[in-house]
Amino acid sequence: MLSTRHIIDIEDLTLADLTLILDTAESFKEVNERRIKKLPTLRGRTIVNLFLEPSTRTRTSFELAAKRLSADGINFAASASATVKGESLVDTAETLSAMACDLVILRHKYAGSPRMLAKHMDAHIINGGDGMHQHPTQALLDLFTMRERLGHLEGLTVGIVGDISHSRVAGSLVPALKMVGARPIVIGPPTLMPARPDALGAEVSYTLDDVLPELDVAYMLRIQMERAEGMPFPSVREYSRLWGMNEARLARMRPDAIVMHPGPMNRGVEISSAVADSPRAVVLDQVNAGVAVRMAAMYLLLGGDASDATA
Amino acid sequence: MTLLLRGGRVVDPGLELDEVCDVLIEDGIITKVGKDVVAAGATVVECAEKIIMPGLVDVHTHLREPGFEYKEDVESGTRAAAHGGFSAVCAMPNTNPICDEGSAVRFLVERAAERGHVRVHPIGALTVGLKGESLAEMGDMIAEGAVAFSDDGKGVQDAGTMRRVMDYAVTFGATVVCHCEDEALVGKGVVNEGVVSTRLGLTGWPSAGEDVAVARDIAIAELTGCRLHLAHISTAGALQAVREAKERGVAVTCEVTPHHLFLDEDALTPEYDTAMKMNPPLRTSADRAALVAGLKDGTVDAIATDHAPHAAHEKALEFELAPFGTTGLETALPLVITNLVAKDTLTWSDVARLMATGPRSALNLPPVTLAEGSVADITIIDPECRVEITPAFFESKSGNSAFLGTTLLGKATEVLVGGRFALRNGKVV
Ligand SMILES: [Zn+2]
Repeated sequence: MLSTRHIIDIEDLTLADLTLILDTAESFKEVNERRIKKLPTLRGRTIVNLFLEPSTRTRTSFELAAKRLSADGINFAASASATVKGESLVDTAETLSAMACDLVILRHKYAGSPRMLAKHMDAHIINGGDGMHQHPTQALLDLFTMRERLGHLEGLTVGIVGDISHSRVAGSLVPALKMVGARPIVIGPPTLMPARPDALGAEVSYTLDDVLPELDVAYMLRIQMERAEGMPFPSVREYSRLWGMNEARLARMRPDAIVMHPGPMNRGVEISSAVADSPRAVVLDQVNAGVAVRMAAMYLLLGGDASDATA
Repeated sequence: MTLLLRGGRVVDPGLELDEVCDVLIEDGIITKVGKDVVAAGATVVECAEKIIMPGLVDVHTHLREPGFEYKEDVESGTRAAAHGGFSAVCAMPNTNPICDEGSAVRFLVERAAERGHVRVHPIGALTVGLKGESLAEMGDMIAEGAVAFSDDGKGVQDAGTMRRVMDYAVTFGATVVCHCEDEALVGKGVVNEGVVSTRLGLTGWPSAGEDVAVARDIAIAELTGCRLHLAHISTAGALQAVREAKERGVAVTCEVTPHHLFLDEDALTPEYDTAMKMNPPLRTSADRAALVAGLKDGTVDAIATDHAPHAAHEKALEFELAPFGTTGLETALPLVITNLVAKDTLTWSDVARLMATGPRSALNLPPVTLAEGSVADITIIDPECRVEITPAFFESKSGNSAFLGTTLLGKATEVLVGGRFALRNGKVV
């Protein structure tokens, strides 16, 4: 059992919760390798994917996780969402409450919205990404992948590189790494840093090359190239030269160090194609872990315990 | 009507008065202030254990009429003002239509005469449509009763425009009230930039966005000789700039709000409570401490509420979508008593200076005093009663108070406007 009703902020979880989710996910990952990838565990439970900001990848991952647990999944896509018609999130929460759903996955472009949803309905809430704030299941799947590839989490040095200020991935990964005793370093130009990265518990470096040899993990964030106003670096070319992961940089890292990316990748910008396709990049492992971790999160929130995870 | 306020502690810093005595009011005029005043047939208000001071004024109120009457209107807003102990409010021009011409000022003056519980002093816009471009007709607005000018809600972004505005305002000796926000620095910021913006993943509104605008406006006031009043100062840096400008003799005054004095950015966590969403945002505890120090040393001229009523459904939105602001008229005085007077940070004389006399002189309003021969605009305060800030407490149409759920100490029991009760025994008349 988890000690929390919702997974909104990674810090809603205790270290024990976090470990429980990762351990449970391991059993589910095994299920996902079977020929018949389905458990009857959440039969009769209703899980709503409330995606008010489009994200095919994350939505698909949650959808698949719900299906493999035999839950009834409902999608609320952004285009069909009530907010477009002038209905507020509170109205939507009340509607979903009336439909008696058990768990809502909310993806929304506004920070804090899952907290608001939780206040207005009884269902369990999983934050599927809220604005620039957090994306806790992403942090969990990242931890899962690190643990799987490197054997442990405690003591790892993880460099998170790129647009830290706008990244909900960094927003939840940094505190998650702190919880498990790893050392997060956020890396990028000051124009891509939040006001107080130390408030999240991270060390800060403005240059990638300086810290490269220390890293067990280089976590490359996606750079938004479509940014309209106030470009935070002079050119994509310069960004890529200074903060992009390429083979030369990879060669300067520890031999067992890995490269991660939350996807979708801009090949040739934050990560070179050669690195992306090398066995040291674990991007597909992350995707794979995503389904298992989300199965574990749903399962544990809805009252399951770890022992019958594979029953 | 003859009215005798008997045995209260009479406080008026302008008269250097702070003693227990009686106040006699005949036909709306204070005719006697002294011990053991006898007046046959007078209506007596027992004021033992109460404070009598010049009527409080709020120099920063959003009455929302015309245009947003579902949030507040002249009747409900002035009702709230009376309930909070104010005998007068200054109404900001960001209504719909915007109060940027004589007829709009006249509408407000007439509406206030018809339905107002307290005096309403209109503040006209600095620029047409609050667009920060062309000068509004200040002369016409003054003729209709405008007391000062402001584009509150927005900073005037172009320094050249601000220079023209201040140059022109000098014609009338009018005070220009500035909302200091450099939009190039603030952008879409919704909370103070720092620890809390980082933790909550919200866009930061940096202190520098205020400090830069304050420094610029002080420089332009120095250049033009215009009277400058800085609205809702929220940062230690801005306050220091005001302090230094005053030392140089610049005609600058400033106000702070109760929410910036008594709350800081930590109030936002972890719930993203939209009741705490303000512009300028709640700052750090260090800023808060600096503002309190500024009350004491005279850098701050006024405590102003920035009373910003919003309907419940508007505040029940995602944090980034919800409007800025809290109501303030009804909680300001109890907050000041609870947090400053009861803790001996301010004296009653300081309260009168910051909430009655100082704000009037900042905006060049007619002075209100307790001197014999003055118009009886008076606030009477019970400093000991307990006030629970619940939805039922408010006379305002809107309940978006950042202080909901708190219990405070002290409240106005009577407000007199021209010798007439606007508030009596704690009830709005
Ligand atoms: Zn303002």
